[in-house]
Amino acid sequence: MKFAVLQFPGSNCDQDCVHVLKNVLGHSARLVWHKDNSLGGADAVIVPGGFSYGDYLRTGAIARFSPVMRAVGEFAAGGGLVLGICNGFQILCEAGLLPGALIRNRSLQFRCEHIYLKTAAANSPFTCRIPAGRVLRIPIAHGEGCYFADPETLAGLRARNQILWQYCNAKGELTERANPNGSVQSIAGVCNQGRNVAGLMPHPERASEAILDGEDGRLIFESMIAWWEQRGQARAA
Amino acid sequence: MQKTDPPITPELVKKHGLTPEEFTQVREILGRDPSYTELGIFSVMWSEHCSYKNTRPLLKTFPTRSARIMVGAGEENAGIVDIGDGLAIAFKMESHNHPSAVEPFQGAATGVGGIIRDIFTMGARPICALDSLRFGELSEPEVRRLFAGVVAGIAHYGNCFGIPTVGGEVYFDKSFEGNPLVNVFSLGVLRHEQIARGKAQGVGNPVFYVGPATGRDGLAGAAFASQDLTDESAEQQRGAVQVGDPFMEKLLVEACLELLATDAVAGIQDMGAAGLTCSTCETAARAGTGIEIELSKVPQRAPNMTPYEIMLSESQERMLIIVKQGREAEVKRIFDKWDLPWAQIGRVTDTGRMVVRCHGEIVADIPAAKLANDAPIYHRESREPAYLQQVRAFTLAGVADTADPAGDLLRLLAWPTIASKNWVYRQYDHMVRAGTVVCPGSDAAVLRLKEDCLPVLPENSPNQGRQYPEKYLALTSDCNATYVYLDPYEGGKATVAEAARNLACSGAKPLGVTDNLNFGNPHNPELFYQLKEAVRGLGEACRVFDAPVTGGNCSLYNQSPAGPIDPAPTVGMVGIIEKKEHITTQWFKDAGDVIVLLGAPVDADDPLQGLGGSAYLQVIHRQKTGRPPRCDLAAEKRLHDTLRRLIADGLVKSAHDCSEGGLAVTLAEGCMSRREARATQVLIGAEVDLAAFSGARLDALLFGETQGRVVVSCSPTNAARLIESAQSNGVPAARIGVVGGADLKVKTAGTSFARPVAELHDAWWTAISKAMD
Repeated sequence: MKFAVLQFPGSNCDQDCVHVLKNVLGHSARLVWHKDNSLGGADAVIVPGGFSYGDYLRTGAIARFSPVMRAVGEFAAGGGLVLGICNGFQILCEAGLLPGALIRNRSLQFRCEHIYLKTAAANSPFTCRIPAGRVLRIPIAHGEGCYFADPETLAGLRARNQILWQYCNAKGELTERANPNGSVQSIAGVCNQGRNVAGLMPHPERASEAILDGEDGRLIFESMIAWWEQRGQARAA
Repeated sequence: MQKTDPPITPELVKKHGLTPEEFTQVREILGRDPSYTELGIFSVMWSEHCSYKNTRPLLKTFPTRSARIMVGAGEENAGIVDIGDGLAIAFKMESHNHPSAVEPFQGAATGVGGIIRDIFTMGARPICALDSLRFGELSEPEVRRLFAGVVAGIAHYGNCFGIPTVGGEVYFDKSFEGNPLVNVFSLGVLRHEQIARGKAQGVGNPVFYVGPATGRDGLAGAAFASQDLTDESAEQQRGAVQVGDPFMEKLLVEACLELLATDAVAGIQDMGAAGLTCSTCETAARAGTGIEIELSKVPQRAPNMTPYEIMLSESQERMLIIVKQGREAEVKRIFDKWDLPWAQIGRVTDTGRMVVRCHGEIVADIPAAKLANDAPIYHRESREPAYLQQVRAFTLAGVADTADPAGDLLRLLAWPTIASKNWVYRQYDHMVRAGTVVCPGSDAAVLRLKEDCLPVLPENSPNQGRQYPEKYLALTSDCNATYVYLDPYEGGKATVAEAARNLACSGAKPLGVTDNLNFGNPHNPELFYQLKEAVRGLGEACRVFDAPVTGGNCSLYNQSPAGPIDPAPTVGMVGIIEKKEHITTQWFKDAGDVIVLLGAPVDADDPLQGLGGSAYLQVIHRQKTGRPPRCDLAAEKRLHDTLRRLIADGLVKSAHDCSEGGLAVTLAEGCMSRREARATQVLIGAEVDLAAFSGARLDALLFGETQGRVVVSCSPTNAARLIESAQSNGVPAARIGVVGGADLKVKTAGTSFARPVAELHDAWWTAISKAMD
């Protein structure tokens, strides 16, 4: 499978994503510069974490105007898989490809720590390989990860099973204490109505190798790969 | 001379921090009176910060060589150490104390930015940072403001740049009130053939300025850093603090590493302290060339800047690049790609002079090497401080032994200097780059080096496609300034010994040391004594551990109106771990594992039994005195070598050194420092029997800080072999307990106590956040 990992000025998790996709999972991963107009025939796009344009104005607010984002929009409209991680999630929300917004953590401080994730909807290309009931342990690292959406949007998200991941404790319970940033309904990640675009604040690429104290993050990438391969087989048949 | 320049008067010279003798020397070098711009240039270049004029004779006594050193201390912006297989590391620590005292957020942030530039200037890709911080006591609102501001500033810069802040230390002591210490460390990785030089080589080569425009921020910061802080500092000197832009720095590092891979660069240097002044004269001096620049070509952010201001500005994220003639287009292409400003501002000459013009008119014309290298050297007077008499006279006669060991342990665990620093490190992204194997919270941070840690290779490089084995580095920063205050020589030794011990506990062997000497005013003979003696101790210990000093920084004049700081020669030490399997953490692993103490339980030859200068004396008895525990370097070395061997033999499941708070705190930390996730710690109890050690006071046994001790745990089947192996190497080793249960239970010859680990954890984990939030 061919992944395109976008590279904005200020992206800083781009290499980490390439490392996991290429060296750990054995797929092709290529950096795509934000000034490029094309995704070069990629099968899926990763919008990585970082501080695009320094995030001085508002997280993701400038990156959405990069030339490459037009290509990402077209790719997504055609059903292509797009995953935004951390700053990438913020960019996809700013670009209107995902609902809601990410605002300052309720603590008003940056938070870097492992959290637990409950998979709220298994029927998506990003969660299909996550065993039912399995709580994932993955790190977060963000200052603006508090997910917010108006009640109407939230009701729609729930009705259409668009909430993919929620912060929980080790037992899988959604508690206030387990929510690291004050996100509404403990939301850590969502997908679009077409279910082919998703974003999450935690960093699965930092939890994909045993030496980094955990491999749960692989399940998210492996879901994408399995879903894509299955679709390819279906098409071939 | 510019029309607006003030006349050079003795008052103006004094205001620039130059003595009458130094001014005479300036006149001799120039053969005339300096212009205003030249006076400013000499003032910053001959400040302690840039010239080491008060410390150079002492720094020369450090060991700086080993078979692994590729670039030694003082040669370039940072030292470089060979780590095998064609790979090398560059690392350095630097202070940003004075800026952080007046503007904590930007002061600390720009400290991080400065040290990162020192690393990629060498051609290395910066891959991690550490921070060593010292503040007053958290009960003071002003201290809390400084602490919160510094941590937020480091987080802002490091997180946005995308460098993991993987470790460090935080101490709280009254002596740092009003003069906090902010020492930042960075490390980068490169291939042997990628070392870049800060040399203006090749006569005729064009000189490029890259990075954002020059403003009036940070005017003469180096000179400011070389003065005592006064009550007025905050108001007068705020303009000497720079403003950082981590996003710009991220672009700069990527663009510079891309440019270095083209082989178009003849020399490169960052504009740090003393900005354009320092970078131009130092690059020319190193190459034995001259340099000529035209200031009207320098991008400027503020209107009507004078040559004096442009030359002395410390605006951040700027680099000076000497480009090979004919290769200019490559610079332009790469910097345009990254949307970074650039300007060709001059060229390399063969005159040996640094010539600065503004609209064609010469505003400075100085022999570069004399300016960069011929700063006066002072052998300062040193006198043993009077207070040391009292320190040495102190005995335990008036100190009651502990009546409530469990209560005292809880108080020690909640003492901010000992308490968990999670309030700090959870604000730092310590995992970006996906290389942090051991996160903050163990004795040393451990990183793995993988392919993407390396700078870009030239397309035609023979090393394209070469596979490099994964490497593991351990990093720590240490200094117990109380020890150094109470005995500068022993404290200096103990500083290095603790760093080496922390590395050994993680399974690493030291490669080298960077030191940050934070001291008081060198004109005060008693304060200079502290510096001189501490350096003697540091140097001696570095020799024993075969950890040469690869560079560092001196920050003198650390005193506020309340008095000088405790002397703090902070060291950052880097070690290498041979195999992945040798990486060791400090927390106990499994119930049933046997706990073994390596080293003597209490130093029998120390009349204070390890309690001098201890956290216990300070917290429980409110006394900061007594000779600190002796540091027996030969015994330490034996301990570290033995511990590494035990780890390599697969016998050790956890290793944690004894430092502040002694054995009891070490054991408690073994029980509770493993963190699984947010609000989820892994607690495990221990049953400890110290009844066999009956010769010492109870407080000395539990809380004494006798040096050279490590608590390890191992599976029961390996215990006998581990103890025997340690003893046969001349290291005392005793089985002291078993891991398991929910309580920490300790039995001694005369008493016993037990406490739920959950209660200990709560005191230790929340102490700082309770004080701050």
